[in-house]
Amino acid sequence: MSTILEVKHLTKKFDDNEVLKDVSFELKKGETLAVIGSSGSGKSTLLRCLNHLSPPDSGQILLEGVNINTPEIDINSIRADMGFVFQDFNLFTHLNILENVMFGPLRVRGLSKKQARQIAAAEIKRVGMIDKIDSYPAQLSGGQQQRISIARALALKPKLILFDEPTSALDPELTGEVLSVMTALANEGMTAIVVTHEMGFARSVADKVIFIDQGLIVEQGEPKIMFATPRHERTRLFLSNFVRLE
Amino acid sequence: MEILRILISELPQFAKGTLVALEVLAGLLIVGLVLGLAIALAEIFGNTLIKFLATTLRKFLWAIPQLVLLFLVFYLPFDLNRMLAAIIALGLCSSAFQSQIFRGAILSIQSGQLEAAKAMGLSKPKIIFYIVIPQMIRLSIGPWTNEFSSELKDTSLAYVVGVVEIMRNAKYIIAYTYGNTAAVYLFVGILYFTLTRIGTSFFYRLEERLWVPGFEKRSG
Ligand SMILES: Nc1ncnc2c1ncn2[C@@H]1O[C@H](COP(=O)(O)OP(=O)(O)OP(=O)(O)O)[C@@H](O)[C@H]1O
Ligand SMILES: [Mg+2]
Repeated sequence: MSTILEVKHLTKKFDDNEVLKDVSFELKKGETLAVIGSSGSGKSTLLRCLNHLSPPDSGQILLEGVNINTPEIDINSIRADMGFVFQDFNLFTHLNILENVMFGPLRVRGLSKKQARQIAAAEIKRVGMIDKIDSYPAQLSGGQQQRISIARALALKPKLILFDEPTSALDPELTGEVLSVMTALANEGMTAIVVTHEMGFARSVADKVIFIDQGLIVEQGEPKIMFATPRHERTRLFLSNFVRLE
Repeated sequence: MEILRILISELPQFAKGTLVALEVLAGLLIVGLVLGLAIALAEIFGNTLIKFLATTLRKFLWAIPQLVLLFLVFYLPFDLNRMLAAIIALGLCSSAFQSQIFRGAILSIQSGQLEAAKAMGLSKPKIIFYIVIPQMIRLSIGPWTNEFSSELKDTSLAYVVGVVEIMRNAKYIIAYTYGNTAAVYLFVGILYFTLTRIGTSFFYRLEERLWVPGFEKRSG
């Protein structure tokens, strides 16, 4: 499989706070990468640097071999190719479900209404929400809203999708329905980076996992191996918290 | 009741005056809306310089009494007709108020939605047009209705620069009948009340129509 994303020596500071210190990793097409780490370790910042919601200070981000961390790049076209799913859904409250999912194809891709509607209907079906097509976001549960926000990201036909703790705002029952949508996507070969505290998902669905601590990648590798035999003391400590919780 | 007969015979004049008042109202609300929206967008989305200029303009317009601005515009060395002068002056005042209404509405839109639109690769003008403005309109109608009724009343100020609106009609009748001043103003008061009720009920209905399912309705 070909490499779709390569991150080299990425750094990001907020004032004096070095949030990312020399982060490097790569991702192959079709892979699901789980990013784990404690609160404040820089996981969200890493995702937000990738699509320049927070522009990185230095380093390279190669998307299909092209460095997108340069001023010449048209960041909006890059963003359209990298879906982003937020912890708190952020659906457009004045639009119904169909319009929310049509929004990307219509307003970002510039497709016709008819094409946009077709794409949107297919993506809404994919996340199992076709019966809610005329509802408004405020009428849906958190889990349903998150599934629609995934459909909204998919409708742009992105090269990869970034998920920032997509289930952290949800009750355990609702977490399950979102994780199963994400698992299906992973099995269909969608490329994704998932920041998550769901260790079960990271272990069983991800192809690769990165443990990040204080802005540094401490350890990365195959999830089954890393969860069973962490090589670093910090990874072991972090994972032991979850074992105790489970 | 002599005064009733006079008022009835003056009804055609009042009708004309009312039309003029409504024209001034429409004009000043449009001037206030366009400039107010521009100020609000500039204050929220503009760079430092634009922000500064917009805020300064708003504070300036906010601080000047409407009467002062009316005379100021009217006595500018251009050939403005009375009605246009009134529309511009009152519209400038209204823009300061309307900008605050729009600003409040825009700031109450969840910032996450704007970030989501940005993350989809939408340009800033498109975010403003497709996400900010539609939500702003719905959120603004309530406070904007208050501004509408207060500006309806303020059209009566236009008489000071000689616009023949409702107040002018009243002054005219008072000048040639004697001792009926209160009755004439009572009639004028009822006229403004009626116009305000008609206008506000229209905007309440509009707000109702723009209601998005799942949101709480404003009661009353
Ligand atoms: N916009 C910002 N301005 C200043 N500091 C920030 C900003 N965003 C994040 N930080 C800081 O960067 C550090 C990393 O934050 P980040 O949100 O990336 O952590 P995280 O790993 O996603 O944590 P969590 O699991 O709680 O979401 C924190 O110390 C945070 O205070
Ligand atoms: Mg985070």
